[in-house]
Amino acid sequence: MNLGKHRILIAKPGLDGHDRGAKVVARGLAEAGYEVVYTGLHQTPEQVAEAALQEDVDAVGLSILSGAHMTLFPRVMQLLRDKGGEGILVFGGGIIPEEDAEELMRQGVAGIFTPGTSISEIVSFLEEKLG
Amino acid sequence: MEEKKRWLDEVYGQSPLRDAAFTTVSGEEVRPLYAPDDIEGLDYDRDLGYPGLYPFTRGIQPSMYRGRHWTMRQFAGFGTAEDTNRRYKFLLERGQTGLSVAFDMPTLMGRDSDDPRSEGEVGRCGVAIDSLRDMEALFEGIDLKTITTSMTINGPASVLLAYYLCVGEKQGASFAELGGTIQNDILKEYIAQKSWIFPPRPSLRIITDILAFCSREVPRWNTISISGYHIREAGSTAAQELAFTLADGFAYVEAGIEAGLDVDDFAPRLSFFFNSHVDFFEEIAKYRAARRIWARHMREKYGARDPRSQMLRFHTQTAGCSLTAQQPENNIVRTAFQALSAVLGGTQSLHTNSMDETLALPTEKAVEIALRTQQLIAHETGVANTIDPLAGSYAVEALTDRLEEQAEEYFRRIEEFGGVLPAIEAGFFQREIADAAYRYQREIERGERVVVGLNRFQNSGETLTIDLLRIDPAVEKKQRERMAELRSSRSSTAVQECMAALKQGAEGDANLMPLIIACARAYCTEGEIIGALREVFGEYRETVLF
Repeated sequence: MNLGKHRILIAKPGLDGHDRGAKVVARGLAEAGYEVVYTGLHQTPEQVAEAALQEDVDAVGLSILSGAHMTLFPRVMQLLRDKGGEGILVFGGGIIPEEDAEELMRQGVAGIFTPGTSISEIVSFLEEKLG
Repeated sequence: MEEKKRWLDEVYGQSPLRDAAFTTVSGEEVRPLYAPDDIEGLDYDRDLGYPGLYPFTRGIQPSMYRGRHWTMRQFAGFGTAEDTNRRYKFLLERGQTGLSVAFDMPTLMGRDSDDPRSEGEVGRCGVAIDSLRDMEALFEGIDLKTITTSMTINGPASVLLAYYLCVGEKQGASFAELGGTIQNDILKEYIAQKSWIFPPRPSLRIITDILAFCSREVPRWNTISISGYHIREAGSTAAQELAFTLADGFAYVEAGIEAGLDVDDFAPRLSFFFNSHVDFFEEIAKYRAARRIWARHMREKYGARDPRSQMLRFHTQTAGCSLTAQQPENNIVRTAFQALSAVLGGTQSLHTNSMDETLALPTEKAVEIALRTQQLIAHETGVANTIDPLAGSYAVEALTDRLEEQAEEYFRRIEEFGGVLPAIEAGFFQREIADAAYRYQREIERGERVVVGLNRFQNSGETLTIDLLRIDPAVEKKQRERMAELRSSRSSTAVQECMAALKQGAEGDANLMPLIIACARAYCTEGEIIGALREVFGEYRETVLF
């Protein structure tokens, strides 16, 4: 495996402070061989997009448990497109009802992971998408 | 105990065992059997005593649930104040006995609904409250003299308390007639829940202002609800939840004493808030240990003489983090067991989670079942008839002792950092919790810990069979329009005057509560009041780790 080359940004956009999932995923991906950058809490979509470009990441994982996902996911995607980061894979997780997840996937989010997801599922997903 | 040794070696030791780790959900080893030698050091009068008497291990009220049941208090809030007011009336009609307000993220973070940072968040995970006007709508038709209200609010607790007091005042109640709780526990925000605003020092100053103000003016108010709930939800073990929460409690006591208050003037109004996780006996032992530790430290270390200062009163919420998105109806059963352990542990009030909370905010149906679960325990099972019925159980007493020892060991480690604040700054709690959360996740992934429906007993091709609550997307727009209307209809001179007085008070050392109440009466918004304080006090920044 050549995972070490892939860089992942785990980000907490919005005002939400629930960071258990983001931290567990960040650590799990790091142990699986990815280079992981974690933004910390309370980031604006602009800060997330900026960090993704500056850190030159291959994928951005957004964690949102406050119900603001239908605003924050599209905003981050738009900013990435505007700033030349359209090639960056966007995925995420949180308290996200299935129909919202389907809509976000239609808008180009590559994967939505809800409670109960194992780290190995996320690793398999990234292996498949990033190669 | 030779017979026990013989049993262990020759009888039990020769029996086949299931392939399991035999540990609690916190990873603590559990013995196959507990016997008198496991509680050899236990002195009944010294360590257990009687309900209502020091060290309160067996309960804080003399008659416990024979006097009255715990308060059934469902945490609720979504959308606008009107939406949530309807939910409160629904719950009260169905026999709920106390209110508990869930605010949305902007309110929790001290931001107005029309703040750019609030976009997409308004009314989503709680109710949007921007000013006294929203608070009036929230409690419309509810008599605040006859009910107590708990508000989960921390950084801006002073502002929401001020709004509540003003609503009471408009209903004709004096401050002294109002009862309730503000969470107001900023230390656990830095440790676990992460809804902070100001740095620690000014945050503690606001908290001691609230302690001083309420001890004089609002004597029935619980001024801090020292919370382990969020520490546990963030992934801690039972021992960490117990130890970190009590350590926070002691830090507030020390802050109050340092601010010149007499410990018995404010400690009786401190209360606690614990999680009830899935490990039945470990949780019961945790509540019992908590009462004993608090009583001992308050009397021996802090010199509290009033028994009410030594009593650990607590609210419990069942563990949201234990619920599964898969087969959500199973969550009803999980919650029932967790609620039962809280009751057997002697809780003063209880929130039972709804089955749909890993998916969305609860529907009326889901929350009704959750409330009915409590009513079943209270009225059908008979467990409320005997006080602390598990006392004397070798297993429960041994677990209680062990948790007390583990907590004392954590207190020593925290002391080595120089106290709670330096330990927060060093990332100690955050690291301990993140490690425990990660360990738990790995145990589930390796199948060492079974979660029904998640890693065992899954239903293939499962589709969701329950309805979910949808928040009307128009809420945010409605709330913004309401703010525009408020800003144009109130007296801007009055607003400017009391905001200026507030800033001046914050720069000096005046008690901020009367100044914030004046702002509330003038319909200053939460974002304006917190914004002014933010200018003076600055903002907290966390050291990022994972």
